[in-house]
Amino acid sequence: MPFDPSQIPIVQIVFFVMTACAIGGAIGVVSSPNLFHSALYLVLSLFGVAGYYVLLSAGFLAVVQLMVYVGAIAILILFAIMFARRLMGQGENQNNQQWWLSLPIVMILFAVLVGVVNTVSWPVSGAEPTGDTVMELGHAFLGSYLIPFEVVSILLSVALIGGIFLAREKVEAEEA
Amino acid sequence: MMPIPLSWWLTVSAALFSIGVYGALSRKNAIGILMGIELVLNAVNINLVAFWRYIAPTDISGQVFAIIVITVAAAEAAVGLAIIIALYRRRQTAVVDDLDLLKN
Amino acid sequence: MDLEFIISLIVQIVMIGVIAVALMTAFAAMVMVERKLLGRFTLRYGPNRVGKYGSLQIIADMFKLFFKEEVIPGHVERTVYLMAPGLALVPALMAFAVVPIAGAPFTLPFQIMGTPITINPWIANVNVGVLYILAIGSLGTYGVILGGWSSNNKYSLLGGLRTSAQMLSYELPMGLAMLSAILIVGSMQLTNIVEFQASYLGGFFWLILVQPVAFIVFYICALAEAGRSPFDLPETENELIAGFSTEYGGMKFGLFFAAEYVHMIVVSFIMATVFLGGWSGPFAQQAPFLGIGYLLIKVAFILFTMIWVRASIPRVRFDKLMKFCWKFLLPVSIANAAATALVLAVLFF
Repeated sequence: MPFDPSQIPIVQIVFFVMTACAIGGAIGVVSSPNLFHSALYLVLSLFGVAGYYVLLSAGFLAVVQLMVYVGAIAILILFAIMFARRLMGQGENQNNQQWWLSLPIVMILFAVLVGVVNTVSWPVSGAEPTGDTVMELGHAFLGSYLIPFEVVSILLSVALIGGIFLAREKVEAEEA
Repeated sequence: MMPIPLSWWLTVSAALFSIGVYGALSRKNAIGILMGIELVLNAVNINLVAFWRYIAPTDISGQVFAIIVITVAAAEAAVGLAIIIALYRRRQTAVVDDLDLLKN
Repeated sequence: MDLEFIISLIVQIVMIGVIAVALMTAFAAMVMVERKLLGRFTLRYGPNRVGKYGSLQIIADMFKLFFKEEVIPGHVERTVYLMAPGLALVPALMAFAVVPIAGAPFTLPFQIMGTPITINPWIANVNVGVLYILAIGSLGTYGVILGGWSSNNKYSLLGGLRTSAQMLSYELPMGLAMLSAILIVGSMQLTNIVEFQASYLGGFFWLILVQPVAFIVFYICALAEAGRSPFDLPETENELIAGFSTEYGGMKFGLFFAAEYVHMIVVSFIMATVFLGGWSGPFAQQAPFLGIGYLLIKVAFILFTMIWVRASIPRVRFDKLMKFCWKFLLPVSIANAAATALVLAVLFF
């Protein structure tokens, strides 16, 4: 049989590579004995998810994922770990006493979820996304989703101010 | 015809969700728990975007929800890490089992 | 998926390779030019021993770096330590992918298996180009933060923390400056941004004319993001030895060094594209090669001013650097973006 390049399932290959990143990274996050390495695995996993968004033709979300998750949240976590070196607890056991109990529970959860996913017949529509999704998103945020958008911005500002207040050193020391 | 069936996405997302839950349940360290929760939120986002793409691609709501989830995750990480740093300053630990001031 | 697709894929891969090599060459040339210019600025000759007027100095330096013994200190976190220089360089190269270097696709003068070959003047033309640049820019922090942490050295850690804090902070005004520009264009696609600038005022409606404040903010942030003087806190030799790169030697240090310069070159390309009209200029639409020339002239000018700044302005103290970002640049760029939005709303609605 001659080699037929049209038989190469490129999209599926990309999907599996991304899955290897996302799931492999996730397993690394929960199993690595070193917290810093855990955070690096988290970055890998977030990368995989960004790749998923590209495959799902949600390019804007992929970029937002890179910017917010990989570029900000993960770095914040790394920062927190670096600032407090003893947080890492290097060499000690990172699991609590109930980890052996949570493992089967989580496996059952996964089995149930997969069962549900494969029994429900999803009403898949063959339609393609229309128009410029970025522009549509903008219209949605300033139109039908205006109030959630505002609420979320207030939440974010409150969280940031609260975060600064909590993590701040003693005020007297600051004033001097 | 889409090259990847919807159920693959949902399965992957279920796996990510379960791993995240396991991380949140089994980790001793508060930052480890936080990372587990981030995984859970990501799993939710994959679901939202996959449903948007496969079931209602003409309605942008799926992506709107996903962006709101990402924003909330950012807020959660900011507050969570601030609490952990403040705790660490005061108690020199971030292991949640040691934080038992209210026990007696 | 047929022959045409395969060929376009190969063309794409070749193009990526060519651009990566071109950027690395530009890095080498840039080091040379900078040393020469800095010499002149400070009334010295600069390197003038190897080759004519010292033009081969950089090649000699590269040989030196290549043939240095690869020392990996015993106290480092090996995997992460080896990963960090690559993680610093790759995002700097990746950001170039969305920059359009000319106005129209090139057609090669020959055919492969009867298929004419056209090369797009960009690697990827995504509709979220500006956001892509910002996102990739934020990945550059990883090389620094990992290099600083894995070295297991307090100077490295301090340098890494400082640099990443600096890069994270200056991303915000940078994004807001970009926002002011794309508010006017109404698109985040870089090709649209250039075409917009080329289509008004006889092809000279450069966004710097309507957004001078955004351009200046962007310029300052670009210096800070690339770790250039006066914001070269990462390399404050006199207080932090060499910051996050203290424990790196030979080619690994070379990669960090290259990352800084490539970052600076790519950011100049982006600045030229967004604020100075990119490839646009007289007859650039008809003759794509002319467009490359215009773009390179603009980029060369920006790079020259960056060296000029380095020769003229002393280094800023770290706390002042952060204060400058949060208490001056950020409010200014927010006000600028808000004013732009207001003016646009009044004019067009």
